[in-house]
Amino acid sequence: MTEVLLDIRGITKRFGAVTASDAVSLTLRRGEIHALIGPNGAGKTTLIGQIAGSLRPDAGSVWLDGRDVTALDPAARARAGLARTFQISSLAMEMTVVQNAVLGALGARGRVMRFFRDVMRDPALRAVAREALERVGLLEVAAQRVADLSHGQRRQLEVAVALTQAPKVFLMDEPMAGLGAEGSAQMTRLLDGLRQHAPILLVEHDMDAVFALADRVSVLVYGRVIASGAPEEIRRDARVREAYLGDEVLP
Amino acid sequence: MGWPEMRAERLLNACVLLALLAVPLWAWAVDEPFTITLATRLAILALAGVGLNLALGLGGLVSLGHAVFFGIGGYAMGVLASHAQSYTPLILWPVVIEGTKSMPVIWLVAMGASGLAALAIGALSLRTSGVYFIMITLAFGQMFYYFAISWPAYGGEDGLSIYVRNGFPGLNTLDPIQFFALCYALLGLALWVFARIMRSAFGLALGAARQNAARVEAVGIAPYRLRLVAFVLSGMITGLAGALFADLNRFVSPVMFSWQTSGEIIVFVILGGVARLFGPVVGAAVFVLLEHFLGGLSEFWHIWLGAVLLGVVLFARGGIIGLIAGREVRRD
Repeated sequence: MTEVLLDIRGITKRFGAVTASDAVSLTLRRGEIHALIGPNGAGKTTLIGQIAGSLRPDAGSVWLDGRDVTALDPAARARAGLARTFQISSLAMEMTVVQNAVLGALGARGRVMRFFRDVMRDPALRAVAREALERVGLLEVAAQRVADLSHGQRRQLEVAVALTQAPKVFLMDEPMAGLGAEGSAQMTRLLDGLRQHAPILLVEHDMDAVFALADRVSVLVYGRVIASGAPEEIRRDARVREAYLGDEVLP
Repeated sequence: MGWPEMRAERLLNACVLLALLAVPLWAWAVDEPFTITLATRLAILALAGVGLNLALGLGGLVSLGHAVFFGIGGYAMGVLASHAQSYTPLILWPVVIEGTKSMPVIWLVAMGASGLAALAIGALSLRTSGVYFIMITLAFGQMFYYFAISWPAYGGEDGLSIYVRNGFPGLNTLDPIQFFALCYALLGLALWVFARIMRSAFGLALGAARQNAARVEAVGIAPYRLRLVAFVLSGMITGLAGALFADLNRFVSPVMFSWQTSGEIIVFVILGGVARLFGPVVGAAVFVLLEHFLGGLSEFWHIWLGAVLLGVVLFARGGIIGLIAGREVRRD
């Protein structure tokens, strides 16, 4: 069996009477895209918070490349090899595109406490940043302020920053959010190639993208994983159709 | 935006730096020592502002407690010099520590003590943010203020006079122009350090944490550590300014710890331009000039300062520097 890089074991999180995550277990293996889908209110955001480290689970654990990271905060998890992208683009808006990319490279390499050298002239960091920007197609706008970018470009920059971290695992929260048909297709192509770098846990609403990309799909409903398997199995699964997909025509 | 404005700002900075040198040199030539003293006061207050600008401008940390560091710097000078002038040792046990009249030693003590205070205050207050951070730093400032008032060994409410200005090897610090040169050089050094930090890895991460803490965390950098380091550096620079300020006046008093002092340092930064390299210099210049020219007319001159501040806050978000040189963008 292929190597498991992200292993979520029986995560449970309660908010009062609501069980937002109910013994959720998921794995992410080298080279794959594992999509997590579910209707609104299924607990996807809570689950992402617990994987990224901003929320502490009541029970269960998160393992990253064989290491228990449950007790680590988000920054420490990032350094351990988890790169996340946000549902709503979360970037340093006043900075330029390349500065955001250099920031990503900087964090992953632990070179933050340097006070005198011009960070934008560091050839190693610049090379990493340029490569990531080229990969997502933002090299031409590298010198622009993020605030001046289009929505679609910001979505791409989120992915580029994650790439600069040279992560073991990507955690992507709706990378297609707000993208038009063309943007989604472009992002789909981009993510398709990324799984070679590191596997992706993809939380996504865009079903076209999910079924085009995913090697495996898990369905989260009311905090529980009700089904997990290859895209075709999920498409045929009666419980999934009933609970989530309803009468929607699946691609 | 872009290079024209970057160049405009550099040009403006150079003009400010030259003017701050030219005016006291002219005053020296025509024998106007009071003007030199005014310029020295400006340079020292600007230095305090450069310190705060590191926390407030780069880090986004609105500290209403920087008077703590200004005051600690002042009292470091006052305590050391008063022991030296009365020939009584500071501490007898476990080792004998004498007072000193040597500026370099006083500066190091001032910066060390301010840095330690900033470490302790920052470690606690940086766990909060926004208005809570403002209130906690204010509370620390008031603690130090009342402590200084109730500390009779060093003058209590009356403060502490030092009869002769402290010395610096090779200079006659009693000569106003020489003392000015010293303060000017330290301001220049602090600005140089600030400019380097702005462009460094640390500065990039600190600025990013101000704009978006979640982003910084997501790439593996803990914002708390960044902010704590920035707060300590910031406190050290403001502490150095406090030691110089005390030496300028040959007097320290609890007023240096007061929240009004904290507020004034914030005003320098906001007037000149938050996070702009020369923001505190321009802000302190406006403050000192208004104080000088309007303070003679009425003791209520602060009302005009308030009007200028209001105008800047409402109509020039980049402060006076932003108004003249435009938005600052680095394009590489």
